[in-house]
Amino acid sequence: MSTEAIHDDHHDHKPSGIGRWLFSTNHKDIGTMYLIFALVMLFLGGASAMMLRAELWEPGLQIVDPDTYNNLLTNHALIMVFGAVMPAAAGMANWMLPMMIGAPDMALPRLNNLSFWLLPFAALMLILSFVVPHFGGGVPINTGWTLYPPLSLQAGIGMDFGIFTLHILGISSIMASINIVTTIVNMRAPGMTWFKLPLFAWAWLLTGLLLIMIMPVLAGGVTMLLFDRHFGTSFFDAAGGGDPVLFQHLFWFFGHPEVYVLLLPSIGILGMVVPTFSRKPLFAYKPLVYSMFFLTALGMVVWAHHQYTVGMSKEVTTYFMIGTILISIPVGYMLFSFIFTMWRGSMTFETPMLFAVAIVLMFSFAGVTGIMLAVVPADLQYHDTYFVVAHFHYALIPGALFGIYAGVFYWLPKWTGHMYDERLGKIFFWWTTIAFNLTFFVQHFVGLAGMPRRISDYSPVFTDFNQISSIGAFAFGASHFLFVWIIIKAVRGGKRAGDKPWDGAQVGNAGLEWALPSPPPFHSFTTPPVVK
Amino acid sequence: MTGATKKSNRRLVLWLTGFVAAMFGFGFAMVPLYSLVCNVVGINKAGGSRVLEKQLTRLGVDEERTVRVEFDATLNAALDWDVKPRTAHLDVHPGKPYDVYYSARNNTDHEVVAQAIPGITPWQATEYFNKIACFCFNQQKLAPGESADLKLRFVLSPELPPKYSTVTLSYTFMDTNRNKLKHAASAR
Repeated sequence: MSTEAIHDDHHDHKPSGIGRWLFSTNHKDIGTMYLIFALVMLFLGGASAMMLRAELWEPGLQIVDPDTYNNLLTNHALIMVFGAVMPAAAGMANWMLPMMIGAPDMALPRLNNLSFWLLPFAALMLILSFVVPHFGGGVPINTGWTLYPPLSLQAGIGMDFGIFTLHILGISSIMASINIVTTIVNMRAPGMTWFKLPLFAWAWLLTGLLLIMIMPVLAGGVTMLLFDRHFGTSFFDAAGGGDPVLFQHLFWFFGHPEVYVLLLPSIGILGMVVPTFSRKPLFAYKPLVYSMFFLTALGMVVWAHHQYTVGMSKEVTTYFMIGTILISIPVGYMLFSFIFTMWRGSMTFETPMLFAVAIVLMFSFAGVTGIMLAVVPADLQYHDTYFVVAHFHYALIPGALFGIYAGVFYWLPKWTGHMYDERLGKIFFWWTTIAFNLTFFVQHFVGLAGMPRRISDYSPVFTDFNQISSIGAFAFGASHFLFVWIIIKAVRGGKRAGDKPWDGAQVGNAGLEWALPSPPPFHSFTTPPVVK
Repeated sequence: MTGATKKSNRRLVLWLTGFVAAMFGFGFAMVPLYSLVCNVVGINKAGGSRVLEKQLTRLGVDEERTVRVEFDATLNAALDWDVKPRTAHLDVHPGKPYDVYYSARNNTDHEVVAQAIPGITPWQATEYFNKIACFCFNQQKLAPGESADLKLRFVLSPELPPKYSTVTLSYTFMDTNRNKLKHAASAR
C-alpha cells in the first residue's frame, strides 16, 4: 500500500449509514438524492399520463370519471414540472456546479440539505391531495396545474393540500436558487472569470435568478387563493368584488418564466455536450450568453399570451403578441449557435450527442408552433385545443427532459466511474424519440381539427389519432424502464471511465470536473485550482 | 472556505432573500395595481359604467338609431334562487334611459344575501353601457320564500360604435356566503 492510497482513503472518508443521506451537506450526495427523487417522480407523473392515455384510448368514459381524470391531469403536470424536471436540473446543478467552477462545495451546504429534504414532504402532500377526495374530501383538484378560480375555489380539501404543496416546493426551490446563485457568484476558482464560465453555470445562474423572481409571486397567488377559500377574502371571487382574471395574471407572471426555468438548464447542458462531441469550442459563446440574458428578460414580460381569450384590449394583446414573437430571436440564436458548433466539427454520435441533435431539431419544431400560437387571431382558434398540448410537449420533452437525459449520459461516467452501455443508450434514444414523436405529432392534427384539451371524452372522429397517440405514449413510458436499467448497470460496473471519458470535453470553456478522477473523491477541490 | 468568501456569501444571501421578500410583496401589490392599471387603460369595467341621471342630457337622444339589448341571468353554484329578466329583449334608442326588471325568488328556508355580477357581450360595448340605477350596485337580501322585482335603469351611450346592433347584458347571481360553494360542489 503506498502512502498516497492511504492518504486517499482518509481523504475520501464518508459518513456511514442513513445519517450520510439524512444529514448530508455534501453537494455530490445531495445531487444524487435530487436525481433519484426526480426519477421516482418521473415514474409517478408518467403513471398519471399513462392513465390519461388509457382513458383516451376510445371515446366515452371507461376507466376514470371526469373529476378523477382532471385530477390525474393536474398531478401529471405538477409532478413533471415541480417533481421531475426542476429537481433533476437542481440535482445536476448540485453535482456539477461546484466541480465545474472549482469550488469545494456549494456555498450554503446546510441550506442545501434543507432544500432537498423539503421535497419528499411536498411530494407526500401532493399524493395526499389525490387521496383525500376518495375519503370524503370533496371534489379533487380538477383545475389543471393552473389552478384557475372560480373552479379552484369550489374544490374540496385536496386543493388545500395542493396549495401547501406549492408553498413547500416554492420554498425549496427559492432556497436552492439562492444557494446556486451564491455559489456561482462567490465560489469560483481563481482565474475562473465570468467569460470562462462553462455555459451550464451561466444557464443555472439565470435560472436561479428567474426562480428568485417568480416563485414568490406564485406563492403570493396561491396564498390569496387559500385566503379566498377559508378566510372570507375576495381577491378572485367576483361575488365579493374580486376578479378571477387577476389570478391568471399572477399565475402566468410565474408560469411563463417557469418555462425558461425548465428550458435553460438543458440549454446549459447542450452547451457542454455539443462542443464535446463536435470537438470544437462553442460557436459565439459570448453572444450566446447575452442571448440567454435577453431571453430571461423578455420571458418576464410576455406572460399574458396565455390569456388572449379573457377579453384584453387589442392594444394589450398586440403588445404581448409582439413580445412573444421577439422571443424567437434569442432562442433561434441559441439553436443556430449549436448548429454552427457542429458545422465542420469532427462529430461523433454517442448517446448524449444523439439527444443534443434531436433536441435542436424537435425544439425548433416547438418554436415554430409557438410562433403560430403567439399570433392573436390564430391563437383564438388554437386556444385550449390539443394543438397547445402538442406544442408545449414538443417544447418541454426535448427542451427540458431530453436535455436532462443528455446530461445524465454525459456525466454518468464521471459520477459512477463506469461507462454506461453505449448500445443500450442508443437503443433508449431511438426508442424514446420515436415513441415521443408518435405520441405528440398527431396531436397537432386533432388540435387543429378542434379537439379540446383537459376533457376525458372526445368526438369519435378523433379515435384513430388518439389511438396512435396512446400507443406512442405507452411505448414512451415503457422506454424509461430501459433508462433505469442503463443507470443501474453503470452504477454496478462496466468499462472504467477514466478521468476524461470524452476526448472532446476539453474544448472551449470546459468545466473543471474533467480534472478530477472518475468517480470524483467525496471532497473535491479543498484547495481551489487555478484556472489559466 | 475563507472568511472573506463567507462574508461575501452572507451579504449576497441577504440581498437575494430581500429580493425574494420584495417579489412576494410585489405579488400582493398586483391586487391594487391591477385595478389601477385597468382603470387607467380603460379595460375591465366588466359591468358597464355608473352614471347619474343629470349627466345624460349632454349627448342627446339618437332617435334615428335602434339597438337591441338582450337580458340574461345565470345562477352561480350554491344559490337556490329563481332569477329571470322580465323583459327578454328591448329595442332602445341610444341616449334614452329605460327601466327593466328582473324577478327574483328565494327558494330556500333561510335568508340569502346575493350579489349580481354583470357582464356585457360584446365586451367592446361595455364602456358605452351606462347604468343609472342597478340592483347590482348593492347586495340583495331575500327572506325565505320571498320574491322581489329588481330594478335596472340604464342608457346606451350615443357614442356606441355603429357596428354593434345587439348588446347582451348578463348577470350572474352569487351567494355572498361563499362557504356554501364547496358544499354545493361536493354535493353534485
